Amino acid sequence: MTERTERSEGREGMPSRHGMTEGSPTGRAVSRRGLLTGGALTVGGTLAGAGAGAVAATRTDAPAVRPEPVPVAQVGDAVEPFHGARQSGVTTEPQAHAAFVAFTLKPGVDRAALGRMLRLLSDDAARLTQGRPSLADTEPELGLLPARLTVTVGFGPGLYAAAGRADRRPASVADLPAFRVDRLQPRWTGGDLLLQICADDPLTVAHAQRVLVKDSRPFAAVRWVQQGFRRAAGAEPGRTQRNLFGQLDGTANPKPGTPADTAVWVTDGPRWLRDSTTLVVRRISMNLETWDLLGRADREVAVGRRLDTGAPLTGAAEHDEPDFAALGPDGLTVIPDFSHLTRARVTDDRLRILRRPYNYDGAPTAEGHADSGLIFAAYQADIARQFLPIQRRLAERDLLNEWTTPIGSAVFAVPPGCPEGGWIGEQVLG
Amino acid sequence: MPSTTTGRLRRPAALIGAALLAASVAACGSADGSTTAAPTASASASASASAAAGVLGISDPWVKAADKGMTAAFGTLVNDGDADVTITKAATEVSPMELHEMTMKDGKMVMQPKEGGIVVKAHSRATLEPGGDHLMLMNIAKPVKAGDELSFTLTFADGRTQTFSAVAKPFTGAQESYAPGHGDSPMPEMSTSPTA
Repeated sequence: MTERTERSEGREGMPSRHGMTEGSPTGRAVSRRGLLTGGALTVGGTLAGAGAGAVAATRTDAPAVRPEPVPVAQVGDAVEPFHGARQSGVTTEPQAHAAFVAFTLKPGVDRAALGRMLRLLSDDAARLTQGRPSLADTEPELGLLPARLTVTVGFGPGLYAAAGRADRRPASVADLPAFRVDRLQPRWTGGDLLLQICADDPLTVAHAQRVLVKDSRPFAAVRWVQQGFRRAAGAEPGRTQRNLFGQLDGTANPKPGTPADTAVWVTDGPRWLRDSTTLVVRRISMNLETWDLLGRADREVAVGRRLDTGAPLTGAAEHDEPDFAALGPDGLTVIPDFSHLTRARVTDDRLRILRRPYNYDGAPTAEGHADSGLIFAAYQADIARQFLPIQRRLAERDLLNEWTTPIGSAVFAVPPGCPEGGWIGEQVLG
Repeated sequence: MPSTTTGRLRRPAALIGAALLAASVAACGSADGSTTAAPTASASASASASAAAGVLGISDPWVKAADKGMTAAFGTLVNDGDADVTITKAATEVSPMELHEMTMKDGKMVMQPKEGGIVVKAHSRATLEPGGDHLMLMNIAKPVKAGDELSFTLTFADGRTQTFSAVAKPFTGAQESYAPGHGDSPMPEMSTSPTA
């Protein structure tokens, strides 16, 4: 057995969120890899230390469950749980890289076939997320660094129909109504099944995607794949993510604790609904060319927040309460009614959505025009109660619509998690 | 997911070796449909006729999904005992089976029944993997669908038996097929794209 394998074995069966929380990671990690990263650590050590302090200072503002910061040398080894009452990858601190893979079920794939498919996918996810190669892994070496890999499974409306379980479909998991601003393309829209694959390492994401797609092939066709990214792990710990307009994105996310529980998770009901959530994935094209025409002040007015701190235009810090009544010297409200902040504003915790977006950045055209945008991913207990009212307000009158265009849209139920030996979807299909 | 009858191994030992690549050009040495493996005297000292407890630890068993024809089962066999263990036969409901090995013949890797069965030395493990020793399903009577659980029974040289179940994985490698002239009739090739 290799040295790498032995080290991995130490964390197996650990329910903790990180490979580093038990034993002595630094003692255990005296390894080839440790030696290789030693030089980088020396250079980056000061910065990493400063970052850790920043996390502690902003902990109370954390938008979601906030794990301890992961030292750079441990990024590859860090583990998120797979088994549990709720699926990982929702309130999990967002990883740096993501692939959203949507499938179309093949004709004739029924409840029994879905059960076989989901057993295979659950087994793959259970192994890979814990740093073990999948069963029959053709590249087992790529399965050894989980880097906080999570695989989150979503069910589109079509899956419930194929399974003969329409009665178990959450009522709000249905195609969204058409919005005035939509320019949806079939290549980014719909899907019977979704895999949200996230990790702090892009190679880990690629391998997991390959394994999961291979095991899906007898049952489903790949409908679309959206790959996205945020800051690298540890680059900006504890900070709200920035999109490619340079805006902080997700400031208003529900805080950890009870309100988040009821906003994100279904907390009662039958077993196929309890501990479930729903996911809306929208591909939002962001027109960097027309955005470039705006001055900084106009950009901030469009959002209602400062670009540097994310503070509302009436405040000083990101999480300051906006004052919508405050008037400027011109007699107009400082935060205009058409700003994104105003339109997206939710005050009732139960009506919040958990935004877990990723940036995408395709190749520019020959003219140098960007193909950039946001993979908008929002989790909420009920799409109709939480997402739709916000989306209606935004579609109706959000100045940001001038520079953003929804080009893809899909909705999924995210069924409860499963215990060891179980499989995702067993409460729905069983 | 795949159930095993004995101590679960937490980690697949196998980082599959270079032999894997040879699988795609592999051919099989015999097609007479019956195992030619002969029991050897090296089996466990224990002579109990049937084992309730597992003789071997079997970890990560899997079988290649296929719609028809041949397929194969793989996994890691662990012998924690003080005596060598010899598998002389494998059986499953959907197909006649043989114990196979890969060997070099005339410059090519070919598949053939393993003389003397599959031996798992005392305090060691044997890996059944594409391109290496495997449990061959010679002609499945019905599709082995991706995600199916198949039950297998191993018979050991001392007469003991052990059952385990293996999950069917979609897998495009392990395309061992019979070489021309080695069988009375060519067997259907192993399916590469099983249906749901």
